[in-house]
Amino acid sequence: MFKKKRCKVKFRKEKPTVKLVINGMEILAYQDETIFQAAERNCINIPHFCYHPRLKVVGACRMCVVEVEGRRNLEASCSTPVKEGQVVYTHSERVIEARRTILELLLANHDLNCPTCKKNLNCKLQEYSTDLMIDEISYVGEMRHNPKDHSSVSIQRDPDKCILCGRCVRVCGDVQTVHAIGQVNRGFYMNVEPPFKHELSESSCINCGQCVVNCPVGALTEHSSIHEFIKELVDKSKTKKHFVVQVAPSIRATLGELFGMPAGTPVTGKLVTALREVGFDMVFDTDLAADITIVEEATEFVKRLKNNDNLPMITTCCPAWIKFGEQFFIDELEHMSSCRSPQAILASLVRTYYAEKKGVDADDIVLVDIMPCTAKKYEIQRPEFAGDVDYVLTTVELAKLIKQFNIDFEDLPDSEFDNPLGISSGAGAIFGRSGGVMEAALRTAADFLTGKDLKKVEYEKVRGLETLKEAEINIAGHKIKVAAVQTLGEARKIMDDIRAGKSPYHFIEIMACYGGCIGGGGQPPLKDDDVLVERAGALNKQDVKMKYRKSHKNPAVLEIYKEYVGEFGGEKAHKLLHTKYSKKDYI
Amino acid sequence: MKTCLFCGKELEVGKVHHESSECKDKISEVNNYLEKDDRITVGVATCGLAAGAKKSLDVLRSSKLSMPVDEVGCSGMCFNEPIVSVRIAGKTFIYGEATEDKIRNIIKTIKDGTRHDDCFIGEKLEDIEFFKKQKRVLMSNCGLVSPLVVEHYIAREGYKGLMHAVELDSGEIIAEIKKSGLRGRGGAGFPTHMKWDIFSKSSGEKYLVVNGDEGDPGAFMNRTLIESDPFRILEGFTIASRATGAKKGIIYTRAEYPLAVETLEKAISICEENNLLGKDILGIKGFDFDVEVKTGAGAFVCGEETSLMKSVEGKRGHPMPRPPYPAQKGILGHPTNINNVETYAHVANVLRYGSSFYEKIGVEKNHGTKAICLAGKVLRAGVAEVPLGITLREVVYDIGGGLKNGKKFKAVQLGGPSGGCIPEQFLDTTLDFDSVPKLGAIMGSGGVIVLDEDDSMVDVARFFLTFTTSESCGKCVPCREGTKRMLEIVDRVSKGMGQHHEIELLKRLAKVVQDSSLCGLGKSAPNPVLTTLKYFGKEYEEALGQKKPNTFMITDRCIGCGLCKRNCPVKAISGTPKAKHHIDQETCVHCGKCHKVCPVNAIDIL
Repeated sequence: MFKKKRCKVKFRKEKPTVKLVINGMEILAYQDETIFQAAERNCINIPHFCYHPRLKVVGACRMCVVEVEGRRNLEASCSTPVKEGQVVYTHSERVIEARRTILELLLANHDLNCPTCKKNLNCKLQEYSTDLMIDEISYVGEMRHNPKDHSSVSIQRDPDKCILCGRCVRVCGDVQTVHAIGQVNRGFYMNVEPPFKHELSESSCINCGQCVVNCPVGALTEHSSIHEFIKELVDKSKTKKHFVVQVAPSIRATLGELFGMPAGTPVTGKLVTALREVGFDMVFDTDLAADITIVEEATEFVKRLKNNDNLPMITTCCPAWIKFGEQFFIDELEHMSSCRSPQAILASLVRTYYAEKKGVDADDIVLVDIMPCTAKKYEIQRPEFAGDVDYVLTTVELAKLIKQFNIDFEDLPDSEFDNPLGISSGAGAIFGRSGGVMEAALRTAADFLTGKDLKKVEYEKVRGLETLKEAEINIAGHKIKVAAVQTLGEARKIMDDIRAGKSPYHFIEIMACYGGCIGGGGQPPLKDDDVLVERAGALNKQDVKMKYRKSHKNPAVLEIYKEYVGEFGGEKAHKLLHTKYSKKDYI
Repeated sequence: MKTCLFCGKELEVGKVHHESSECKDKISEVNNYLEKDDRITVGVATCGLAAGAKKSLDVLRSSKLSMPVDEVGCSGMCFNEPIVSVRIAGKTFIYGEATEDKIRNIIKTIKDGTRHDDCFIGEKLEDIEFFKKQKRVLMSNCGLVSPLVVEHYIAREGYKGLMHAVELDSGEIIAEIKKSGLRGRGGAGFPTHMKWDIFSKSSGEKYLVVNGDEGDPGAFMNRTLIESDPFRILEGFTIASRATGAKKGIIYTRAEYPLAVETLEKAISICEENNLLGKDILGIKGFDFDVEVKTGAGAFVCGEETSLMKSVEGKRGHPMPRPPYPAQKGILGHPTNINNVETYAHVANVLRYGSSFYEKIGVEKNHGTKAICLAGKVLRAGVAEVPLGITLREVVYDIGGGLKNGKKFKAVQLGGPSGGCIPEQFLDTTLDFDSVPKLGAIMGSGGVIVLDEDDSMVDVARFFLTFTTSESCGKCVPCREGTKRMLEIVDRVSKGMGQHHEIELLKRLAKVVQDSSLCGLGKSAPNPVLTTLKYFGKEYEEALGQKKPNTFMITDRCIGCGLCKRNCPVKAISGTPKAKHHIDQETCVHCGKCHKVCPVNAIDIL
């Protein structure tokens, strides 16, 4: 018998409810809920692999089975609706026997060299096997073998570690509408792979890494750049290279989770200190480059708006979205802003402006990006960026790097970013969450269009976890319709409308990952969507506290333009800070 | 059809012929043709063709005989194929095993007007032992009519059911089905009227589906029915459209039945030409029903209704959890109703003869007849139609003729890979939806395989497990991994390499697979194992330790890495790092895992 526990979330009594009994405890549930949802809300945890609140319920792993009185077989709680008077047991002998058997069956077909696996100590299969005290694997026999696929610069596939929960397939197919991977073969030989035995690098994969973030085991992980980077770093004294690092907006809101801190703890200061301790000479802030992005994009947008040319304009900070567009919407590429993403802008300035200012040879700089996403590993390899960046490390990789140097992150004092690329505005800070780029752009575009320094800086309508957020803003006589879109499935709908000529918008922000970069492919996996709310909250709180809330007010930005780049959207700006897009093939 | 196929005059709305004496005479003529006139028929359904019926047909046709030589379907006498029936001057001679070489002699007797004793098996079906205990209402046309001549079907009361149905409203038709007690013939035995009731209440676009996947190995009654009497199925299907308001119909047929697929497509064409399908059926405005055939692609799991719907959509055939049920959300999100081929054929009969006719056949809660496929070690194997409630003993001995070659009966396997094995002591069990499950088996789609004293029950379990393992879709862990591991254990046992503890392991695993799999395939895959263990456990015991299993020995090549020790499932290996390891032969279960994982091939197999 379990003691009575309190509901986690407040119960809205307007929706029709039913009463059921779980583990001897009377539970009130919404009529349209499943047993799993009702249990979860009452702090009754049911082990599961394939269930995910935002993905289609498939009932594949059978770990969440429960005993329901009156039913002959065990029922999967993720797909069984609640009923009035239902009596459920989530941890009866029959249920435990089933769960243990399922784990033993999975382990009998799994690569058990855990210490060599990237997900060691962070793996659901390990977690449940430990919880259920599996001490022997009774089933012995043939094991599935499929070749590893390390072809992609962003994502690595290790099919022998796959438990075939299908989350990656659902996220790539249903949420992102990319369908780069799917299930092939039948029965025991089923495998998740790109079509026709092609490697991931040849497939339509856009590198967003949502598969990585949703994989409960080590079958899908980021392509790690740590080893190569460390080799260069430890040779520092011999090679006399200048190590520069830039940190993306969202990292500071998520890194703390990997050191046991609650979600949404801002760790900016500690992050900068840690990077210096690791051995970086200069620690720059991508938020500054985000400000430059805004200044350039707002200039571009105002021009397009006034000429009614190539509208709607679409933001281009997200390389997964860019590859998506270059694959599936090649006739609509002119809608993309020609402005580079923030990290590419900063990289370009490091190799030119900073190198000159510091008196360092651009080739002697080793530039590392700390990014929330796996797609950035692909972006830096694009020929348009001519190798400006040497390595991209994701948030998860950064935590591993810090641990490798045995740095006690939680105890570090705070430090500031280095100049000249260290000062940012609140507008740059919010880039990390969905709607942030749009809000930042509107702050500057509104001032540009009106020629005034407007007081309004908050645009709440583009905030939040809705996949499509719309707003209409009146600025200087223009009724500007904007949209902030998250997930590529939603982006596809927008692009289909543009293709059909019936898009009502002028300006659209597209982020491939749910939540924005705070939910990126390189971020710590989410326990639930509340974590995204916390992470976004951290960025918003940072924004409110900052001295400058608008990108074009950032003195460091203005200094860079005055000293080096010249005019907003001018010729040199285009050369250094803009880029081109082209058709990308895929199988 | 706008004009009557018999008398040529324009038809009334809702009718396929007239009540006039002229029409009745023409219909009599057709019936005479089928039952009295001089005529030769050759059964050219798949089983007949496999036995050489085409050659027999060719010889007959090239012999320039005075009477017509017709291609007909299969009456179910598969053990006697090819079947050639000759009727001269009112006398009928049914010949069995009438292969090409025998035909020439038969032709001689035709010309003489005599009987060829060698192949003769009877003057009418009722005289033949195989048919004596059968009740032929479903298969009454099979082997008699030309399958694709719709006039034959109509002349023998075909479409009488549809004509009656269009006089009733939806609720009345479903009430008739309810009164008849019709239960689905695909295996689950779910009351048909309940499915239709929920489905008919949904609005908007909806789909009716015939499940012709018939995946059970050893089941071929649907195939026989489709190839021999396709219009009955289409009539039942059309009645379903009338009762439920669905305007789109899909007949999902397995691709391994090319003749059945072809027959269906032709039959649909004929119906469309004659206003029996398509727009304004029977001249009734708004009564539209568009039917198409969709073939499967070689997956047993696609006989399961949620997988079937995925396959129809062109997707991977993975079952989905229910709810939502197909009647709520099916093909492309629309309400869908799926019934077996045989169920729809019964619907045509219920509306034709009335529900009380069905109530009189069968036993309580199990009304009507069932087509079964008798196979295995019986004298007479084929498709039979029996009243529900007939005993297994009657099926095996009266219909099947008992065991071949004078062997002793051992067991009867019911319901294919989802079913179980029933031993002799239960032969008086009645064949129906409720009695069979009490023994741990299911009637399933109607497969009855007879096994004799020479059959190893362990091998039978292994056969069915091999099937289910290869047909598992792979989606859920218990079925994908569990059936494979069960098969490996049974395989080892059957080869004499099993160990005692593995039988317990097998039972435990079988229970979990049954208890927690997602779909019927996984849930019922352990049935053959569990029933053979229950009733024939001794055979498993005897099989353990029959052959000497492989002995594994660690040689001096051992580098002491300990991989074998770590991977041994029964902890039979001991040793310290960097020292030679040792296998305890008493504990060893001979699984060979150590041999597989050894990085330096230090383990020898003796």
